[in-house]
Amino acid sequence: MATYLEFIQQNEERDGVRFSWNVWPSSRLEATRMVVPLACLFTPLKERPDLPPVQYEPVLCSRPTCKAVLNPLCQVDYRAKLWACNFCFQRNQFPPAYGGISEVNQPAELMPQFSTIEYMIQRGAQSPLIFLYVVDTCLEEDDLQALKESLQMSLSLLPPDALVGLITFGRMVQVHELSCEGISKSYVFRGTKDLTAKQIQDMLGLTKPAMPMQQARPAQPQEHPFVSSRFLQPVHKIDMNLTDLLGELQRDPWPVTQGKRPLRSTGVALSIAVGLLEGTFPNTGARIMLFTGGPPTQGPGMVVGDELKIPIRSWHDIEKDNARFMKKATKHYEMLANRTAANGHCIDIYACALDQTGLLEMKCCANLTGGYMVMGDSFNTSLFKQTFQRIFTKDFNGDFRMAFGATLDVKTSRELKIAGAIGPCVSLNVKGPCVSENELGVGGTSQWKICGLDLTSTLGIYFEVVNQHNAPIPQGGRGAIQFVTHYQHSSTQRRIRVTTIARNWADAQTQLRHIEAAFDQEAAAVLMARLGVFRAESEEGPDVLRWLDRQLIRLCQKFGQYNKEDPASFRLSDSFSLYPQFMFHLRRSPFLQVFNNSPDESSYYRHHFARQDLTQSLIMIQPILYSYSFHGPPEPVLLDSSSILADRILLMDTFFQIVIYLGETIAQWRKAGYQDMPEYENFKHLLQAPLDDAQEILQARFPMPRYINTEHGGSQARFLLSKVNPSQTHNNLYAWGQETGAPILTDDVSLQVFMDHLKKLAVSSAC
Amino acid sequence: MNVNQSIPPVPPFGQPQPVYPGYHQSSYSGQSGSTAPAIPYGAYNGPVPGYQQTPPQGISRAPPSSGAPPASTAQAACGQVAYGQFGQGDVQNGPSSAVQMQRLPGSQPFGSTLAPVGSQPAVLQPYGPPPTSAQVTAQLAGMQISSAVVPAPPSSGLGYGPPTSLASASGSFPNSGLYGSYPQGQASPVSQAQGHPGIQTPQRSAPSQASSFTPPASGGPRLPSMTGPLLPGQGFGGPSVSQPNHVSSPPPQALPPGTQMTGPLGPPPPMHSLQQPGYQPQQNGSFGSARGPQPNYGSPYPAAPTFGSQPGPPQPLPPKRLDPDAIPSPIQVIEDDRNNRGTEPFVTGVRGQVPPLVTTNFLVKDQGNASPRYIRCTSYNIPCTSDMAKQAQVPLAAVIKPLATLPPDEASPYVVDHGESGPLRCNRCKAYMCPFMQFIEGGRRFQCCFCSCINDVPPQYFQHLDHTGKRVDAYDRPELSLGSYEFLATVDYCKVREGKWLLSFPSPFFFPSPPAFIFMIDVSYNAIRTGLVRLLCEELKSLLDFLPREGGAEESAIRVGFVTYNKVLHFYNVKSSLAQPQMMVVSDVADMFVPLLDGFLVNVNESRAVITSLLDQIPEMFADTRETETVFVPVIQAGMEALKAAECAGKLFLFHTSLPIAEAPGKLKNRDDRKLINTDKEKTLFQPQTGAYQTLAKECVAQGCCIDLFLFPNQYVDVATLSVVPQLTGGSVYKYACFQVENDQERFLSDLRRDVQKVVGFDAVMRVRTSTGIRAVDFFGAFYMSNTTDVELAGLDGDKTVTVEFKHDDRLNEESGALLQCALLYTSCAGQRRLRIHNLALNCCTQLADLYRNCETDTLINYMAKFAYRGVLNSPVKAVRDTLITQCAQILACYRKNCASPSSAGQLILPECMKLLPVYLNCVLKSDVLQPGAEVTTDDRAYVRQLVTSMDVAETNVFFYPRLLPLTKSPIESTTEPTAVRASEERLSNGDIYLLENGLNLFLWVGASVQQGVVQSLFSVSSFSQITSGLSVLPVLDNPLSKKVRGLIDSLRAQRSRYMKLIVVKQEDKLEMLFKHFLVEDKSLSGGASYVDFLCHMHKEIRQLLS
Repeated sequence: MATYLEFIQQNEERDGVRFSWNVWPSSRLEATRMVVPLACLFTPLKERPDLPPVQYEPVLCSRPTCKAVLNPLCQVDYRAKLWACNFCFQRNQFPPAYGGISEVNQPAELMPQFSTIEYMIQRGAQSPLIFLYVVDTCLEEDDLQALKESLQMSLSLLPPDALVGLITFGRMVQVHELSCEGISKSYVFRGTKDLTAKQIQDMLGLTKPAMPMQQARPAQPQEHPFVSSRFLQPVHKIDMNLTDLLGELQRDPWPVTQGKRPLRSTGVALSIAVGLLEGTFPNTGARIMLFTGGPPTQGPGMVVGDELKIPIRSWHDIEKDNARFMKKATKHYEMLANRTAANGHCIDIYACALDQTGLLEMKCCANLTGGYMVMGDSFNTSLFKQTFQRIFTKDFNGDFRMAFGATLDVKTSRELKIAGAIGPCVSLNVKGPCVSENELGVGGTSQWKICGLDLTSTLGIYFEVVNQHNAPIPQGGRGAIQFVTHYQHSSTQRRIRVTTIARNWADAQTQLRHIEAAFDQEAAAVLMARLGVFRAESEEGPDVLRWLDRQLIRLCQKFGQYNKEDPASFRLSDSFSLYPQFMFHLRRSPFLQVFNNSPDESSYYRHHFARQDLTQSLIMIQPILYSYSFHGPPEPVLLDSSSILADRILLMDTFFQIVIYLGETIAQWRKAGYQDMPEYENFKHLLQAPLDDAQEILQARFPMPRYINTEHGGSQARFLLSKVNPSQTHNNLYAWGQETGAPILTDDVSLQVFMDHLKKLAVSSAC
Repeated sequence: MNVNQSIPPVPPFGQPQPVYPGYHQSSYSGQSGSTAPAIPYGAYNGPVPGYQQTPPQGISRAPPSSGAPPASTAQAACGQVAYGQFGQGDVQNGPSSAVQMQRLPGSQPFGSTLAPVGSQPAVLQPYGPPPTSAQVTAQLAGMQISSAVVPAPPSSGLGYGPPTSLASASGSFPNSGLYGSYPQGQASPVSQAQGHPGIQTPQRSAPSQASSFTPPASGGPRLPSMTGPLLPGQGFGGPSVSQPNHVSSPPPQALPPGTQMTGPLGPPPPMHSLQQPGYQPQQNGSFGSARGPQPNYGSPYPAAPTFGSQPGPPQPLPPKRLDPDAIPSPIQVIEDDRNNRGTEPFVTGVRGQVPPLVTTNFLVKDQGNASPRYIRCTSYNIPCTSDMAKQAQVPLAAVIKPLATLPPDEASPYVVDHGESGPLRCNRCKAYMCPFMQFIEGGRRFQCCFCSCINDVPPQYFQHLDHTGKRVDAYDRPELSLGSYEFLATVDYCKVREGKWLLSFPSPFFFPSPPAFIFMIDVSYNAIRTGLVRLLCEELKSLLDFLPREGGAEESAIRVGFVTYNKVLHFYNVKSSLAQPQMMVVSDVADMFVPLLDGFLVNVNESRAVITSLLDQIPEMFADTRETETVFVPVIQAGMEALKAAECAGKLFLFHTSLPIAEAPGKLKNRDDRKLINTDKEKTLFQPQTGAYQTLAKECVAQGCCIDLFLFPNQYVDVATLSVVPQLTGGSVYKYACFQVENDQERFLSDLRRDVQKVVGFDAVMRVRTSTGIRAVDFFGAFYMSNTTDVELAGLDGDKTVTVEFKHDDRLNEESGALLQCALLYTSCAGQRRLRIHNLALNCCTQLADLYRNCETDTLINYMAKFAYRGVLNSPVKAVRDTLITQCAQILACYRKNCASPSSAGQLILPECMKLLPVYLNCVLKSDVLQPGAEVTTDDRAYVRQLVTSMDVAETNVFFYPRLLPLTKSPIESTTEPTAVRASEERLSNGDIYLLENGLNLFLWVGASVQQGVVQSLFSVSSFSQITSGLSVLPVLDNPLSKKVRGLIDSLRAQRSRYMKLIVVKQEDKLEMLFKHFLVEDKSLSGGASYVDFLCHMHKEIRQLLS
C-alpha cells in the first residue's frame, strides 16, 4: 500500500471499484470546487474466484429506510450480540443464528478482506434461463445461412434446461411453436401493426386459462407453464426440432421489387418478443436476442421507408431535423426497452449490414436493459460468429459469464448523497434519504435495475458531498458506501453481492495535497467521459465539447501550478499529468465526434463505452499503440503521428478495431518476400509478433474487434491515421521526408496545440 | 363439363358413380346417348338396369323405334297403374278420351288427369259450336279452364287436347297427327318420347299419353260446369264457375252431372265465397269426389257426399265435370308437353318460338338463337308498347343461365378468336357481332341490330354479301350463324393491374393467372366432434384429383390452398419442396392478412405428398380442441387477400359450423326470434345483422373471389347473414343441419364433389343488351351490382341463373322484334379470359292475345318467386304475398277481359299458357319463406330464400311443385319412370309406396296397408310396423322391386344439382307431417290454401278486377 496507485489497483481488484477521488473533500463547497465529481466506476460482478461461498442470507439493518447489510465496517458488540449500522447508526440485534459470534469467531462478512462478499440465496423457485431468438429473414442467402449456422451452433452452448424460443420476421412476424411434431407451427403477425402485450398474449393463446374456465377448473396453475411452453422449450427437448426448424428457415418470401428495400418488421417483432416474455416469464432471466440485417422499414419502429432512393437518416439529416421516422421509432423502442427492463429481461441487438440498421433508434433497447449490441458487416464474418460465440463462454465454474435481473442498491453514509448512475441500467425510482436532488446521469434514485450484465459491466456512479462547510467532519472520519447487488446468476441461483467501501474525508483547504495525490485520473477521465457521452445523447455536440473543455480548464486552474498569465510556468502533478491528454483524445473520439460516423456507429460506440470497465474504456478513449521493430522488444509508443515510422510495425488497439500497420520499409520487405527466406527468419518473426499479440487481444475482447491488417499507403491505414495525434499535418510540412513519422491530412489540432491552448487558458485570469 | 364430370369421377367414387353419370343421363336422357356419354352410360346402366329403356336411350334418339316397344309396355304399365281402376284400354283411345274421362271422373283420382282430358273434349264437342276457327284460338281457349274458352278450339273433341299441345307445336295438324298416332299405338309416340328422355320421361310419358288428351278434357268439363254453375249459382256462382272447374272438387260426385253449367254452378259458388261455408266444403267436396273413387279416402271425407248433392244439378257431363281433377293439373300439362314436344329437336332459328317446358327432354339445335337452356323468357312475344305491357301485367323477364351445362349431344359454344383487335362490336352500344347484325353496302358496313348505329366493317373482317344480303361466310362464322358462342377476350378485357403497371408493365391490364381454390375448414370443437373434419380431409385427398379442367387439359390449372380456423386462422404452407407442411397461425382476426405467399397456393400434383400429409394431420392436430368459438368474416377476408396476393381469381370453400361469436369483425349475436314472424319486423330476419358482410362481399367481387359455404349448424347460425357473401359473389350455400357423419356423409360428400368439380367461370361481368325500346331494369340472382347495368359475378357456375326483368322505355317494332344479347365476360378455369355471347330474338305484338299465347308459366313463376323472395327483405311478408296475388289476378283478368271470348262473368277463364299459374303461384305463396310453418326455422327460411334466388326454371318448377311418383302402381318389369301424381294427400293410396322430391328433399312414403311382400322386398323387414321411420338408406336387396326403387332414387338424385337425402316416411307416423308439408295442393298446416281454395280466391280477385 505504498502508493495510491497500488491502493487503487488493489481496491479495484477486490471490490471492482475505482473512485475519481480516493480522499474525499469534506464539504459540499469544496467538493464542487474539485471540478471532477466524487464518483466511482463500479463493476458489480467483478470476477472474484476467491470469494467464499456464503450460503446464507445477509443480515440487514433493521431500520426500514436503511436496510444496509452487515459489513466489516460495522461496530460489533460481541457480548451484547449487537451491531451498529455504519450508515444509519442503528443498533441491531444479531439474528439467533449468530449466537456463537465472538472476536475469534466471526462470520465472513465481518472480516476486513471480505469488503465484497456474495450471498447465495437458496429460497425462491429457480427458473431456467430463457433465450429468445428474434431473427430477421430479409437477408441475403449466404448471410442467412451463416446466421442459421451460428444459431444452430449456439444451441449446443446453451445449458440444457434453458428455454429457447424463436421468432422470425420479415414482412410478417412469425412466432414459432416448438413443441409440435410433424407440422411445424407458427403464429404470424402483421408487421405493420403495433399490439399491446395483452393483445399479443391473447393472440398467442397465452391467456386462455384466464377467466372463463377458472371456476370450472381450479387446477389451472399446472396448465400455465404448459401453455407458454409452446413457444419456449428446454433446449434438451427440442434442440433437434429447432435445429431442423432453423435449417428450414427461408428468406422472407415476399417479393422485393427493384428500387425497394425489403419490408422488415423489426419493431413489431421486438414488441412481440417482449410481450411474449412479459406474459409468460416476468422477472426471470431472459435474453431477447435480435438478429437483424437491415433497418426496420415498416410498422411501428420503422426507421426508413422502403424506397431505396431515400437513404436512411444521417447525422446531417438529424441536425436538419430531417429524419422523418426517428422520433417515432425511438419512442417505440424506448417504450419497449422500458417494458423489458420492468420485466427484468434484456435485449441484445446483433446488427449485421453494410448500411445502417437503425441502431440509433434501437439503442435504448440494449442500453436500458443491459443487453449487448453488436454491429458488423455481415453475419457471414468471423467478427459476428466469434462475438456471438463468445456470449456463451463460461467461467472457471462452468457458468456463463452473464447474469440477469440485477438490482443495484447503493447506500451512503450521511455526508454523501447519490446523484445518479450512468451505465446499462434503468432507475427503479427508489427515493430515500441518500438520494441527491442534483442528478448526474440517471438519478433520483438509490436503486437501479440492470437486466443483463456480465462480469465486466460497469456503472459510473456519481455522488454528491452534502456535508456543510460549517459542520466539519472529525479528523480521521471516513465516509462509507455500500453496493448491494441482487441478481440471478447464470446458474439460475439468486445471489446478493455486497461491497462496502470507505474513504477518508479530508479538508480541502488544509489537505488539498492529500486529495490531489489521491486523484485517480484514469477513473476520473472515464467518469467525465461518461458524463460527456451521456450529455451528448441529448445535447448538441459542440455544447458538450465546450462543457468538457471548461471542466478541463477549471481542473487545471484548480490543481495546476502556475504563475498567472504565464503559460510556460504551467505544471500539473503526476496524478493529473495524463488527464488532459485523455480529454484531448476523448474530444476526438467517436463518442463525442459524429463526423465520419453514422448515427448507428455513434450509438454503437457509445453503447459500449457506457458499459465497459475502466481499462477498456480508457482504450476506447485513447487507443493503445505498440511498436515492433528490430531495435528491441515491442514497446508502447505515443499515439502520435511521429510514431508512424517506415521500419516499424504498429499494432493499434482502439477496442473496436485492431489495426496492424506495416511501415513503408517493412511493407516493401514483405512484398519482396524476405520473410520467406530462411536467412531473414527474424523478419518473419517480426511480422508474426504483432499478429500473435493481436490474436491475444481478439481472443479476450467482447465484442470482437474489427481486425485490420494494413500497411503504409493502404486504404485501411485510415483507421490508424484518424486516431493518432496529428503532430504532423499538411499544415506543418517541415518534416516531409524525414524520419519523423507520417503527416496526417487533417485540420484537427494536435495535442501540442491543444495543450498550449489549455495552458494559456488555465493561467489566464479571464475565466 | 362432360369430360370432367363424367369420366374422371367414375373411378374414384365407388358409389357416387351412379350419381354423376346418372346426372347426365337423367337430365339429358336421350341426347346424351349419342355422344361421349356413352361411357358414363355404361357405368350407369349397371346399377340402373332396373329402369326401363335406359339402355336404348343411351344409344340415341333414333331409338324411338326401339324405345317404342318398351314404351308401349311402359304405357301399359302406366295405364295399369294409373288407370288401373279405369281399365287400361282407355288409354289407347286417344279420341275416346271422353270415355276415359268418364271413368276417370267417376272413379279414380289418379286417372283424374286423364279424365279431365277426356271430359273436356267431350264437353267441347258439345260446345263445338264455338267459333274455333283457327287452331290458335283453340289453343288459347283450350287452355282456359272455363268451358267458354274451350268451346272455340274444340273443333273436334280431340281437338282440345291437341290445342294445348299444339300451342307449342304450332300446327293444328300436328294435333290430328298426334291423335292419330295415339289411337294407333299411343304407345309409340309416347314411348318414343319417353324412350329418349330416358328415365324421367318414362314417368311422364306414360301419363302423357293419357294426358295429352286430358288437358282438353279437363278444360272441357270444367267449362261446362263453370258456366253452368256460375249463372245459376249463388251470388258467387259467377266466379265460382270458373273455379268450379277447379273446384270441381265439390262437383265430382254430383258435379259430373254438373256439366250443365248452370246447375252445377250452384255448388261451385261456395268456392268463391270461399269465405264461409264455401271453403271447407269445397275442399272436402273436391277431395271427396276424388276419394269417392278411391275406396281408401272415401271414408275420411264424409263431407263429400253433401257436396255431391249440390253438384247434383250438373248432369250433362255427369261423368267428368266438377271432378276435382278438372282443375288444371300440372302433371297433365307436363305430360302433354313431353309427348308433344319431346320428340322433335327444338330448332332455334325462328324468332319468338316458345320452347318446350323444362320438364320435357328435348334436343336443341342452335340456328341463331340461344338455346332455352341458356335463356328462357316469361313471354316470347313482347308487347310493342309499355301501355300494353302495363295492361297485361305480365312480367317481361328472362331467366339466363349463361354457363348452363349442355347435354352431351349438344355442342358447347364455339370459341371465336378475332385476334388482337378483339371481338367486333357496335361502336355505339358496344353490342357484340351476332347473327342479327345487318350487313349493308356490299358488306363494307353493318347496322347494329340493337341501336341501329352504322359501323364500318374492319378490313380484315370484310366479306362479300350474297344476293339475300347475307355474308357469304355467314355459316362459317359462329358469331354470324349461332345464338351462342364465345369470343377470346383480349387483354383489354382484363383487370387493371393495381398501381404497379406504371413502373414495369407496358399495359395497365394483365391476363389473369389460373384461378385457385382455397379450402377453409372450421376446426372448432363442433366440427371435430361430429367427425366432419376427418371426413372432409379424407375426402379432399381424392377429390383434389378432380378439379375442373379446361377442355382436354391433362391436369387442372387450378391451384389449391388450405386454411383451418376456429377463432384464429391457420394457414398452411404446402410447398412441394417441404418435407412437412408448415402451419402459420394468424390470431389478428381484427385485421386479417395472409401470412405467406409462396407455398400457400400450390399445384396439386406437385405438392401431393405434402398435401396428403397435411390432410392426414389436420384431424389429429385438433382432435383435442376445446375451442368452441369461431370467426367468419376474417376467414373470407383471408381467402380473398390470398387471392389478391396471388393476383388471381378463385373460389373459397368454407366449411363452417357455428354462429361466429368470437371477437372479430362480423361477430354475430343470436337474434333468432320467432315472435317476429308475421310482424312488420319479420323482414329483419332475412336481412344481414351487420354491414360488414356486404362490405366484405364487395371486396371479394372486386377480386373475383367466389365463396361456397357449407354449413353444419347444430343451432341457429344466422344463415341470413352468413349467406350474404356467397350470395353476392355468385357462390352457393349448402346447409346440413345437425350433421352426423353416419347420416349425412353421403349427402355432404356428394354435394362437395359436385361443387368442387363443376366448371366455374371467375371474375365475371354480365351485361344484357336489348333492342331499343326495352331495357333490362332489374336483376335477380347471386351476384353483385355496382352500377345499374353490369352484373358482377365473382364466380359463376353452370347451375347459377340470373333473372333479368325488362321494361319498356320506348316502342318496339313488330317487324324487327326485340333482341336480347347477353354477354358474359369471364375467366375460365384455366385462366383464359373469354366472352360468352347469347342472343335471343323475340317477337313483338300489338295484340294482347299474342302475348298470352306465348307465355311460359314456369319462367313466370321463377321470376315471381325471386321477386317475392327479394321482397321479403324490405316488406312485410303479407304485403309480398298480396302483391303476388294481385299481380296474378291482374294478369288473368287482363286476359279474360281482352282475349277470352265473351262468357259469363262467373267463369274462370285461364289462358292456356298460364293455366297452371294459380296452382304454382299458390305453391310459392305457401312456401316456407312466405308462409312459414311452426317447424320451419329462421335459418331454413333464409337458406331457401337464397337458394331460390339463383335457381333456374326447372329447379323452381320442381321445388315449388314437388314430384310425387307412385312406385308400385306399375308392374315391376316396367322400365319407365312412373307417371307422377298430383301433390295431394288424396292422391295417395295407403296400399302404395310413393317417392316425393322437390330438388332438395326426397321422401319415400309407405302406405299403411302396403303388401307385405313389397315391404319385405324393399326394406327387408317383415311388416309395415317394423320399418324404421326416418330411414335414410334403403337396404341393398337383390330383387326387382328393390333394384327398381333404388335405381329410381339414384336417377332422381342425378337430375338435381344437390344431393337429396332420402327419408322414409310411414303413413300415420310422426314424420308424415313433414312429408305432408310437400303435398302442395292441399291445405297446409301453416295456413296455406289448398289449390282449390286458392283458385276460388283467385277467381274472386279476378272478378273484382273485372267488375
